[in-house]
Amino acid sequence: MRHILSIVVINNAGVLGRVVGLFSRRGYNIDSLSVGTSEDQRYARITVSVQGDDQVVAQIQKQVAKLVDVQDVFELKPECAIFRELCLVKVEATAAARPDIFNVASVFRANIIDVSTKTITMELNGDLDKTNAFIELMKPYGILEIVRTGLAAIARGAEKAKI
Amino acid sequence: MNKLQLNGAEILIECLLEQGVDTIFGFPGGRVIPIYDALYKYKDKINHYLTSHEQGASHAADGYARSTGKVGVCLATSGPGATNLVTGIATAYMDSSPMVAITGNVPVPMLGKDSFQEVDITGITMPITKHNFIVKDVNELAETVRQAFHIARSDRPGPVLIDIPSDIQTASCNFSAKTPLAAVRESTRITPQKLNEAAELIHAAKRPLIYTGGGVIASEASAELCEFAAILGAPVCVSAMGIGGFPSSNEMHVGMIGMHGTAVANTLATECDFLIAIGARFSDRVVNNANGFASGAKVLHIDIDAAEIDKNICTAYSIVGDVKKVLSLLNPLLKKQDCTEWKNRVSELKAKYPNVQREASGALEGQYVIQRLSALAADKAIFVTDVGQHQMWACLNLQIEEPRKFITSGGLGTMGFGLGAAVGAAVANPGVPVINIAGDGCFRMNSIELATAVEYDLPVIEVVINNHVLGMVRQWQKLFFGKRYSATSLHGKVTDFVKLSEAYGAVAFNVTTPEEVDDAILKALALKKPCVINCEIGQDESVFPMVPLGKGVGQFILKEAE
Ligand SMILES: Cc1ncc(C[n+]2csc(CCOP(=O)(O)OP(=O)(O)O)c2C)c(N)n1
Ligand SMILES: [Mg+2]
Repeated sequence: MRHILSIVVINNAGVLGRVVGLFSRRGYNIDSLSVGTSEDQRYARITVSVQGDDQVVAQIQKQVAKLVDVQDVFELKPECAIFRELCLVKVEATAAARPDIFNVASVFRANIIDVSTKTITMELNGDLDKTNAFIELMKPYGILEIVRTGLAAIARGAEKAKI
Repeated sequence: MNKLQLNGAEILIECLLEQGVDTIFGFPGGRVIPIYDALYKYKDKINHYLTSHEQGASHAADGYARSTGKVGVCLATSGPGATNLVTGIATAYMDSSPMVAITGNVPVPMLGKDSFQEVDITGITMPITKHNFIVKDVNELAETVRQAFHIARSDRPGPVLIDIPSDIQTASCNFSAKTPLAAVRESTRITPQKLNEAAELIHAAKRPLIYTGGGVIASEASAELCEFAAILGAPVCVSAMGIGGFPSSNEMHVGMIGMHGTAVANTLATECDFLIAIGARFSDRVVNNANGFASGAKVLHIDIDAAEIDKNICTAYSIVGDVKKVLSLLNPLLKKQDCTEWKNRVSELKAKYPNVQREASGALEGQYVIQRLSALAADKAIFVTDVGQHQMWACLNLQIEEPRKFITSGGLGTMGFGLGAAVGAAVANPGVPVINIAGDGCFRMNSIELATAVEYDLPVIEVVINNHVLGMVRQWQKLFFGKRYSATSLHGKVTDFVKLSEAYGAVAFNVTTPEEVDDAILKALALKKPCVINCEIGQDESVFPMVPLGKGVGQFILKEAE
């Protein structure tokens, strides 16, 4: 089962290493990871997507919470949160394929951000399902490169992390 | 507040003094010369003990901490000095021992350039410290040191490392002293509801078993534990780390549980209907196989570290918080329990599996030596052990009545821990004899710290249980690897331990028969000086009971199959 954890950390040097190191040495698999400053300069938000049953995820949260630089850690459940990821996709684009690619891109609201004689590069903003579906549809044209930022996640409504 | 302009090294020492530190163990080098210079200046206020090896300094700081409950401090230079501390830091981490390790490093502008004797010690020790710091601004040094001590001793204690580049040691800034923060022990999650629920479960239990670990000692909860056990009328078993937390002489004491646990404790674990784990972490050396551990019992887990709950064993009930606090709030809620039947069962098992007193004649046995040490010195000494068969014999045979009188490397199982730790315990407890029970393999690893014991004239007695083999590994080869004794014989190493010890300036003698044992022990105790007793035993003595790997704790074996 995939779980999305949101971790609020003090913006100290090396803090990402502490969090990631903990995941790897305790054998927790990270599917994706994104980091950035929060609304308060002193803190950063790390969003981690991990695989594991409920017990494993509870254990991860407790271990993460013990890190001195960690302020808060909580799970964001799909029904109460919004997940987004930026995905950059470069595909082969022969003249014949171009219109089709443009069509799919517009259905997915992907932006064309670069065009060359042989390629098109698009940016897509979405949750995991949307991104995966888009990639599937692009495969037949010949995907040259995919770059994904990892999920960012935020709670719906007035709910907010303790900072 | 009077402000002083001091350099980083002096600020470090001022902060140590502020934290009540008067003792540190260390070894100098190029990147800590300013700190040593400050130690020179402050030598009336802080005692520095020079060990033979940084590993010895780290174990000494650990032994100091375990025997007092205070934070132990060690100091080493950059690079190899820092890496030599690693084993000691990991040992302290696994056994939740409060320690602050201080290392020097190359100047800030030289960091990251593979400079001479540069290592990323904060990176290296990240997984084996509660937290660590590298200080890159002298203005942050004092607060960092204060935070390090606070972290080391608060909640579940553990080691913290501070890496101080040498230019930070020489840079100056204003310093004003502060009163240190009192250690905090998490107790916000101890709710009346949790306590009442626990009380109800305890009242419903017919066959309760209490299992305790190092947390009882760390939180100084022995008195509360004794009261708790008396109300329940329940037997108490301990992990290796829990030894001393509950008096061995108490009629409810049933000894160590686990792989080399007593037959009584391990049988009770399989028969109990309610297991109360207190300040213990269900290590695999205790549990062996989670499916065969207390499988008929509900489990209540009381521990300060929330991450220990449901980590190795899933428990239905738990209270997270300082165990002293939990027990002191829980005890008044409990009604005296009458478990006559269960108590009878405990007596029956104790009669069935008595702790056999070894022979005073015939061939000398390791367990006999340890039983005599217990009889002659347990009322006055602090015991330390190394790691191997001798350690398990010590766990099974020493009568330890008080916390902090038994020190062993439980979680990491560090060979060579004992002598350094004994030096630290002896420094911390002037006038108290400290007896390290060592194996010959362990003694060979770190015997160099005898030089330290001699230099500072410490009453450390090193009792080498010399079987001329790496006995514990050999036992596994004997039982589970078809007696293929690969690399476990030490017979080829002909070191004369008595001569070696004498070369270090210690008194030393050989003991080869049981008749000589008492005299040797009494003589060593009377000397009040570093002393080595080399006890020559056979190579085939095994540690029993033993639960083979993967078996349930009830499936212990008591002797070798013929
Ligand atoms: C630093 C380290 N290296 C290796 C081991 C593995 N090991 C555990 S017990 C043991 C044998 C110890 O031999 P000795 O000190 O002679 O004690 P004995 O078991 O013979 O009593 C070994 C090699 C260890 N625990 N620690
Ligand atoms: Mg040996």
